[in-house]
Amino acid sequence: MIARRGLLGAAALAAGTLPLRAGTAAAAPAPALRGSGDLGLVIERASGSILLIETSGRTAIGRVEGLGDLSHAAAVFSRDMRYAYIFGRDGGLSKIDMLRGALVARIVQAGNSIGGAISDDGALIAVGNYQPGGVKLFDSASLALKADIPASFGGAGARSKVVGLADLPGRRFAYSLFDAGEIWVAGLGANGTPEVQRFADVGRQPYDGFVTPDGRHYVAGLFGEDGLARIDFWQAEPRSQRILEGYGRGEEPLPVYKMPHLRGWAAAGEKLFLPAIGRHELLVVDRRSWTEIGRVATHGQPVFAVARPDGRHVWVNFAHPRNDVVQVVDTLSHEVVRSITPGRAVMHMEFTPRGEQLWLSVRDANRVDVHDTRSLERIATLPAQAPSGIFMAARAVRIGF
Amino acid sequence: MPSRRWPEAGLAAALLLLGLAILLPASAAGPVSPARQAELRHLLIHDCGSCHGMTMRGGLGSPLLPSALEGRSDALLVEVILGGIRGTAMPPWAGEITEDEARWMVRLLRQGGLP
Ligand code: HEC
Repeated sequence: MIARRGLLGAAALAAGTLPLRAGTAAAAPAPALRGSGDLGLVIERASGSILLIETSGRTAIGRVEGLGDLSHAAAVFSRDMRYAYIFGRDGGLSKIDMLRGALVARIVQAGNSIGGAISDDGALIAVGNYQPGGVKLFDSASLALKADIPASFGGAGARSKVVGLADLPGRRFAYSLFDAGEIWVAGLGANGTPEVQRFADVGRQPYDGFVTPDGRHYVAGLFGEDGLARIDFWQAEPRSQRILEGYGRGEEPLPVYKMPHLRGWAAAGEKLFLPAIGRHELLVVDRRSWTEIGRVATHGQPVFAVARPDGRHVWVNFAHPRNDVVQVVDTLSHEVVRSITPGRAVMHMEFTPRGEQLWLSVRDANRVDVHDTRSLERIATLPAQAPSGIFMAARAVRIGF
Repeated sequence: MPSRRWPEAGLAAALLLLGLAILLPASAAGPVSPARQAELRHLLIHDCGSCHGMTMRGGLGSPLLPSALEGRSDALLVEVILGGIRGTAMPPWAGEITEDEARWMVRLLRQGGLP
């Protein structure tokens, strides 16, 4: 199943100059040691594979195949940044060794899954499922099941689709129940049984959610109404509050051809840049008061808006059919400073850990582009098969990623 | 169902059909060129797939496997694709898909085996 075809890393490793290589000429070259802080992966959605990349030389170093249906796939990383856990649409959970370029474990844990998270201590992997609706917790070393938490609501055996699963400090996970309009926080108690805290009536159809970089707030976007739900976990008695209610000012929203993704949404300095669902706009929100302080008119309906790690710019991509463009927004002036047209179906954008490069995937062009984030110019391009999500290993050290 | 449709999209669809009716002789209605078929297939797998799953097994949108669509008439499915379902996440596609094309997509869905 696992093909390590084109594992360019092997060549790079063999070429490394290690002091330990003073063996006999006949000995096979020992693989050089390397770290994983500059590694990442690109989801190749149509072929069920991932491309392993390194951002120092900006090259592809291998491919791992046999990962199932990777439409809408996401990844999280072990705290040592060696292993990636890939969540596939088909309920597959795959554990990849980034250094060896190999699949080390794989289970199919549900019929239909949407994404996952890793606990702050690195011990638990949580997966959010549409079908059957709920969350499952797994041991990150063995992928053994630790808990199954059905998203039951309404009494009559109904189960909700789970969306917006994110890690909270304290070995917990927050997530939203799309059909039930609730937010739940789950973890494992001392005796290993699940403990769940429920927040009801958070708003209609929460479609995704994220945790702020300090781990303090969980915010869920609402599809069924104008507004978002927010919980402040620093309070003694956390409760869900509506924020930005009625941001649409009663205007009819446009039809939504692709749901925005909130994880990784842009926290830039004292501001958050959030999608206005059904509108060609970003909402600019003050992070202290949680009130709107501005709007940015954009090329289309935003799908991702990611802040450069220093918070100076926000890069935005858009929903079908306006998904051939990305825009760069100045976080002081709230103005679009550059529109770039990489090609049809720009699916995702990811910065290197310090933000000097931005990687973006152009699905229909079978290409991944790398931009310099100061000149904004493209500095490299790599072939990939229908690339979608791009995930850097350095996500391992960030809360809510 | 009609009350849950997007009014603008319904109108757009109607205008589009009217336009087609004027432009095309009746006998020309129906065929979708091979090039357009490839585009529609791509749209179905990737863009419909972003909600319904690339293999149509469902996601935020309901499964669109042949078994799931058994109880639905072609006419209803075409109407849903063109007009969307108001109050749900299913958007109207009349702006970029004609009725003939929607009918062709329904046929493809009923065959199954995507992608
Ligand atoms: C943004 C998400 C989204 C996208 C994109 C989307 N759909 Fe849907 N679709 C839905 C949802 C949600 C439903 C279920 C609505 C309900 O609750 O009745 C649905 C329902 C349907 C149904 C009715 C199924 C049934 O059993 O009655 C059909 C047919 C359908 N979609 C076809 C399509 C096609 C074809 C496309 C692409 C051209 C598409 N959809 C794109 C979200 C989406």
